Amino acid sequence: MSGGTSKNFRTPLGLVRGRGAARSGTEDFWLQRVTSVAGIPLTIMAIVIGMLLLGRNQAAVAQIVGSPLVAVIMLGFIICTVLHMKIGVQEIIVDYVPDESMKLTLLLANTFYCWAIGLVCVYAILKMSFGV
Amino acid sequence: MADTSSPNRRVRAERPLSPHLQIYRLPLTMLMSGFHRVTGFGLYFGTLLLAWWLLAAASGPNGYAKFEWFIGSIIGQLLLLGYTWALIHHMLGGVRHLIWDTGRGFGPQEREWLARATIIGSLSLTLIVALISYLFMGGVR
Repeated sequence: MSGGTSKNFRTPLGLVRGRGAARSGTEDFWLQRVTSVAGIPLTIMAIVIGMLLLGRNQAAVAQIVGSPLVAVIMLGFIICTVLHMKIGVQEIIVDYVPDESMKLTLLLANTFYCWAIGLVCVYAILKMSFGV
Repeated sequence: MADTSSPNRRVRAERPLSPHLQIYRLPLTMLMSGFHRVTGFGLYFGTLLLAWWLLAAASGPNGYAKFEWFIGSIIGQLLLLGYTWALIHHMLGGVRHLIWDTGRGFGPQEREWLARATIIGSLSLTLIVALISYLFMGGVR
């Protein structure tokens, strides 16, 4: 294997690198579990916050969502949700879309959509918090 | 021997290869598995509602009035109710998956019980949230 006559120029290390070494090949799997555990209290709190804001006018909603505790909880809920839904829909795409170019297009669209949702929500919450 | 190793020989599957509805009946556990994925996918687009709400609240009274008009309409109310149910159902389904992740809850009675708890729990919690919202929180004006 190590002789110069070998047709394989790649070293054993070069062959295994980038193929998902121990504990990093399951990155999405693990992140999905982390965000689902974090999502339980965050979802309950987000539902309660949503209920408390029902029927209030814009000024009141902006003030309450922008207050430190509520803003931090909502930011946590948004970030957790976006990370979780990106992996979830990625899983759905690779399950149901066999065509390679269509799959890549949808995976790209999924990434952009999740980033867009995340950015919009985070920006809106920060704007209400800092009142710019 | 030569016959069995032939690449052209079509091997007939003796068992169904995937949990397909034409092959299997639809037990509650399978239905709840589907519900978990469907509610997750629904929430994916339902998040647009959340983003709109936050952006409208951040933009000012005019933008918020448009959102309030939409969410107060029948379609908006149904979407909000559906989003709430999907959120709660997906959360309870997630708890079920986390229990499974610990290696527990796979027995015939356990998984049946978990499936029932998920759907009954999500429907009753959604009803409670909706009732409290309308009776005590003033609902959406």
